[in-house]
Amino acid sequence: MSGFDLPLFPGERRPGWVGWLLLAPLILWMAAFVVVPTAILAVYSFCQRDELGRVVFEFSFENYVRVLSPTYLWIFVRSIGYAALTTVICIVVGFPAAWCIARSSERWRSRLVVLLMIPFWTSFLIRTYAWIAILKGEGLLSGLLKYLGVISTPLEILYTPTAVVLGLVYAYLPFMILPIYSSAEKLDGALIEAAHDLGCGPLRVFSQVILPLVKPGLYAGVLMVFVPAIGMFAITDLMGGARVPMIGNVIQNQFFQARDWPFGAALGCVFTLLFVVAYALWQRRSQPIREVRT
Amino acid sequence: MNAMVELKEVTKRFGSFTAVDAVSLTIRSGEFLTLLGPSGCGKTTLLRLIAGFETPDEGVVLLDGAEVTQLPPYKRNVNQVFQSYALFPHLSVRDNVAFGLRMQKRPKAEIDARVAEALELVSLQGLEERRPHQLSGGQRQRVALARALAPRPSVLLLDEPLSALDAKLRHAMQLELKRLQRQLGMTFVFVTHDQEEALTMSDRIAIVNQGRVEQIGGADEIYHRPATRFVADFVGQANLLEAEFLETRGAWTRLRLQGGLEVSLPAGAWPVNTSKALVSIRPEKVHVSKAPIAAANVFEATVTDEVFKGAMDHLSLETAIGTRFAAIVANESALQEAIHAGDRVYCGLHTDDLVVVRIG
Repeated sequence: MSGFDLPLFPGERRPGWVGWLLLAPLILWMAAFVVVPTAILAVYSFCQRDELGRVVFEFSFENYVRVLSPTYLWIFVRSIGYAALTTVICIVVGFPAAWCIARSSERWRSRLVVLLMIPFWTSFLIRTYAWIAILKGEGLLSGLLKYLGVISTPLEILYTPTAVVLGLVYAYLPFMILPIYSSAEKLDGALIEAAHDLGCGPLRVFSQVILPLVKPGLYAGVLMVFVPAIGMFAITDLMGGARVPMIGNVIQNQFFQARDWPFGAALGCVFTLLFVVAYALWQRRSQPIREVRT
Repeated sequence: MNAMVELKEVTKRFGSFTAVDAVSLTIRSGEFLTLLGPSGCGKTTLLRLIAGFETPDEGVVLLDGAEVTQLPPYKRNVNQVFQSYALFPHLSVRDNVAFGLRMQKRPKAEIDARVAEALELVSLQGLEERRPHQLSGGQRQRVALARALAPRPSVLLLDEPLSALDAKLRHAMQLELKRLQRQLGMTFVFVTHDQEEALTMSDRIAIVNQGRVEQIGGADEIYHRPATRFVADFVGQANLLEAEFLETRGAWTRLRLQGGLEVSLPAGAWPVNTSKALVSIRPEKVHVSKAPIAAANVFEATVTDEVFKGAMDHLSLETAIGTRFAAIVANESALQEAIHAGDRVYCGLHTDDLVVVRIG
């Protein structure tokens, strides 16, 4: 049945008609909600707007010139910085946690993974509001620390970069832990013993065996945290106030408050392009060496 | 010969389970010693105690004369071939074999030379750049071996390394391992549950059961002079019959075997002041013939069952008074008068082939 010849190795075989049929819903979905909107965005980004905020189809580069002005470039840089900091913290906190979960007994493993998922049962926005209640000047944390005599004046964390990064880490930590966990769980314990046996102390077992083998999970985690963290606007809005705008906030603003769709579109396009370029560079770098078959 | 590995009164418990129970064991320098026993008997734990993956709850482990009881595996000059091979999937064959040497921070030229040497030992030249997943099971096995040999450990530990190979390859590897061990003069400690493997390769075999070493000795000693019921039963096939002391007259002792058959054996073979023991008789030591035969113990029996196995015939026998035992006879010639179920036959037992095994 050639119809079932789905490609096992990309480039070696093309999917048969059953393959295409199975892919059809995804292709239609992606076309309607990713390809078409992106195309519209690209077209808008070269247009202008009138006084009422309506899109005027007149070709111009003006939006892109504005995007490249220091104000907006700085916001890009800051967004990348916060997202990078969030990613690093997520790795530092998430890697040991993922490792512990992966190495615990089977019974505990599934329980711990469920614990990791529990926050998703509550709306993300509600959880962010809960953080506000905890962090605000007269909030839970402030009250507790005051009660314990650690501080005398109310905490001023909320609406600072610290709160933003805290919120981002909180929101994206599971997306770092889960892929690392799934890589670490597959790692055969005998490999660690073999490395010990061949003279590796704990640190070198980590650098020579664990890290290289968990790398795919780590890469996935970085992508799953860094990419959405750059574009996040809800957390930065709620926990950073208007004081620390990130690129997501600015874009959202252009569409909903400033009603400058063409400029918002240009920001969005630059933002997307940034990812495409970064991803392409990264792909090239981490391309596995072609396996030699003799 | 001096001792390479010494375990003194070593005990290891996992929770309430005692995996290794006060074992004392000396492994000589340059010998091929096999730890043989059923699964769960503690043989792998013994190996892990030598490797350093486990530390004993009681007792001492010595390696080449130095105490290593608390020393972690990466500080012991011992390498292991793992049952699953545990090859590093992200490294090529070359890098896998070089791993131990790199950890010792050897100069590059020395590493290259010794990797080449190790790969040559296991006949894997030309596959240096392959990844483990591109190799067959047998090739992976050899890489694991080369990787463990390259750092030139004082002891090589092998944890059922052949169990994943098919029968033919396994047999070839048994001979090759033995050749390699002789060639290198290295101490090998081999763990297996396969008695044939143990008998083929070992200088000495330690029979492990329920966390204890039941007997240690050469293959022929283990096979012909089992010290305990477990050893007699586990290694090879054996007719284990309860025996009761009747009398000693001159140079001979008479016994009554389970079922009533009376046999005699040299007086010195029976432990003094013992009324009951077990007698182990290997099935191939029972002489069976349709014609009367001469032996110290001769009796008549009926063949109750016969299984033809090509080179051998497996017989079940029963004497007139009800002693049952098994015999294996060679099918020497197609012309020879075949023995079938229901036949009346003469059986002969040489006194040397009656092995007395103490109860308990």
